[in-house]
Amino acid sequence: MQLSGAEIVVRCLQEEGVEHVFGYPGGAVLFIYDELFKQDKVKHILVRHEQGAVHAADGYSRSTHKVGVALVTSGPGVTNAVTGIATAYMDSIPMVIITGQVPTHAIGEDAFQECDTVGITRPCVKHNFLVRDIKDLATTIKKAFYIAATGRPGPVVVDIPKDVTATKTEFHYPERVSMRSYNPVTKGHPGQIKKAIQMLAGAKRPMIYTGGGVILSDASAELTQFVRLLGFPCTNTLMGLGGYPATDRQFLGMLGMHGTYEANLAMQNCDVLLAIGARFDDRVIGNPKHFFDPKRTIIHIDVDPSSISKRVKVDVPIVGNVRDVLKEFIKQLESGKSSVDTAALKSWWTQIEEWRGRDCLKYDRASAIIKPQHVVQKLYEITKGDAIITSDVGQHQMWAAQFYKFVKPRRWINSGGLGTMGFGLPAAMGAQLGNPKSTVACVTGEASIQMCIQELSTCKQYHLPIKLINLNNRYMGMVRQWQEFFHGNRYAESYMDALPDFVKLAESYGHVGMRIEKPADVEPALKEAFARKKDLVFMDFITDQTENVYPMVPGGKGLSEMILV
Amino acid sequence: MRHIISVLLENEAGALSRVAGLFSARGYNIESLTVAPTEDETLSRMTIVTIGSDDVIEQITKQLNKLIEVVKLVDLSDGDHIERELMLVKVRAVGKDREEMKRMVDIFRGRIIDVTDRDYTIELTGTGSKLDAFLKAIDRAAILETVRSGASGIGRGDRVLKV
Repeated sequence: MQLSGAEIVVRCLQEEGVEHVFGYPGGAVLFIYDELFKQDKVKHILVRHEQGAVHAADGYSRSTHKVGVALVTSGPGVTNAVTGIATAYMDSIPMVIITGQVPTHAIGEDAFQECDTVGITRPCVKHNFLVRDIKDLATTIKKAFYIAATGRPGPVVVDIPKDVTATKTEFHYPERVSMRSYNPVTKGHPGQIKKAIQMLAGAKRPMIYTGGGVILSDASAELTQFVRLLGFPCTNTLMGLGGYPATDRQFLGMLGMHGTYEANLAMQNCDVLLAIGARFDDRVIGNPKHFFDPKRTIIHIDVDPSSISKRVKVDVPIVGNVRDVLKEFIKQLESGKSSVDTAALKSWWTQIEEWRGRDCLKYDRASAIIKPQHVVQKLYEITKGDAIITSDVGQHQMWAAQFYKFVKPRRWINSGGLGTMGFGLPAAMGAQLGNPKSTVACVTGEASIQMCIQELSTCKQYHLPIKLINLNNRYMGMVRQWQEFFHGNRYAESYMDALPDFVKLAESYGHVGMRIEKPADVEPALKEAFARKKDLVFMDFITDQTENVYPMVPGGKGLSEMILV
Repeated sequence: MRHIISVLLENEAGALSRVAGLFSARGYNIESLTVAPTEDETLSRMTIVTIGSDDVIEQITKQLNKLIEVVKLVDLSDGDHIERELMLVKVRAVGKDREEMKRMVDIFRGRIIDVTDRDYTIELTGTGSKLDAFLKAIDRAAILETVRSGASGIGRGDRVLKV
């Protein structure tokens, strides 16, 4: 049967099992919207800005492990989506973004709402396609889903000119595609794994450092088993939180610029480091020259060969899917004769406990002003550590990462790589739609939330009972912190002196607003808000303006050069 | 160090800009880049000459391999290889200089492929340094125009880059 391009797009989405598409209509995608209208398998979620659509699809993907799908029109639809696409790219999130394009005959003529989508998005996608011929449409969409979800995942853009959606062809959706130029590795090299196990067994001061790769490959069960088998200390990156249960004794907290004293010092002082699905980025190890230690052996597992030896020279590279590799590690460990050096490990743990005793995350619990850390701690207690927490970017993000103990993967959703303010609320929408029974909260700040605040309207339309925790310190907190530390307290443009009344704002969108000004009110307010199962509640916490995030490794410094409270 | 990397990639619109974009986005050098379809018209072969430390070259090859359209690549500098570049030079050739220029072309085993009463157009192939040497050997003032193809390379003997 002959189908139009628009029908083919919708049929492909159905074949892929897509439940939600986040989007915004416009001229170039009208035929596709018309076909979406005629069916009810794929539910369309109308956002208020294309950036929100892509972040929502992203949050959906991060919380469900499915490919997130967004649909936007040509020109400004695409340029608005770019921030979302770049966000997903930096954090390796599997997504397919379908973009409308002007008709093929108009491409290159500066047509109305034309932009070079493939050109603009090229540096921030895993791959992109322009479908010039309807005969290629179904196969291209299949390839897009395949590329997005395999290997190191990432966003794929499919740009479809309007005339391609209008013409007809025979529809056939391929069950699988193979590409000679794209064959991602899965299994790690067994010889390398054997070598790695020998090194781990010989370690005196071992350390396991894991990142987003553990979450993306659903390997947290394997990681937990593996770390417990060895008895080694373990730290997670910002992207890796929830990969190993944060309540476990072997967990040293997050590492990096705002990592814990114990995690950073263990990282710096270890003799054998096992890095799993992490990429030694600047916010994690600081200056690689300061991190470098010729006596330290580094083993690195990653699905992307280009992540290995990029910033830090690696001794034993293992390219493969983290989960498959960890399974092999466990198998070899359980069947082999290698045993760890328990005496050395014991004294290493004594050292680590001494560092842990420094209590680097302490803050003034008797404060008369609300401390942001206190809010996150109460949020953790009230949600019993089982909520899906999204965040925006800045101080509140770091406090959420430090004080909410994630015990399961896919509960912590934030823009780690690109650091996109405005991510939190739309990501929470995607997470709530993907997990209708879960409690979803967005920890944000008064600066970040205003970057995508229009999505409160989307939340109303789809009855998304998200809980917004606004840590309102009337500053772009992280900017102010850097200005305090490194720019002589000159708070250039980091103060917001014309803030809206967030309670009224929430109410005007049809939601519930609360303002909390006293520490004693924090817990009751949170309890009340989370008891409102059906409502979106915007909680505006008026917090201490001067609070900073500690510890802090200043930019360009090494992990042992922390500023402590 | 200078490296010469040969890449087989899908002969598709946009593949070249992905490679060029990768180099500019990550701050890698491109000394020259040549590309044309191969005998298999679905594939293009690209030769990239770049300069970088071993670590940078390792990253370049990994990042290139990561591009979806790249099928296969080899760093020709890892082994024996042959490298050639084509240059066309238009030179002024009048009076007694006409004979001298002809002699230089013969010494460098070039060919004169177009002639007028005032100038020659010379074709010369060889390694980049041979072409440089020719330009140095002739009177600089005589050069009207030069065009160089950038290097193409191939492995020696049974070193074959093929799908």
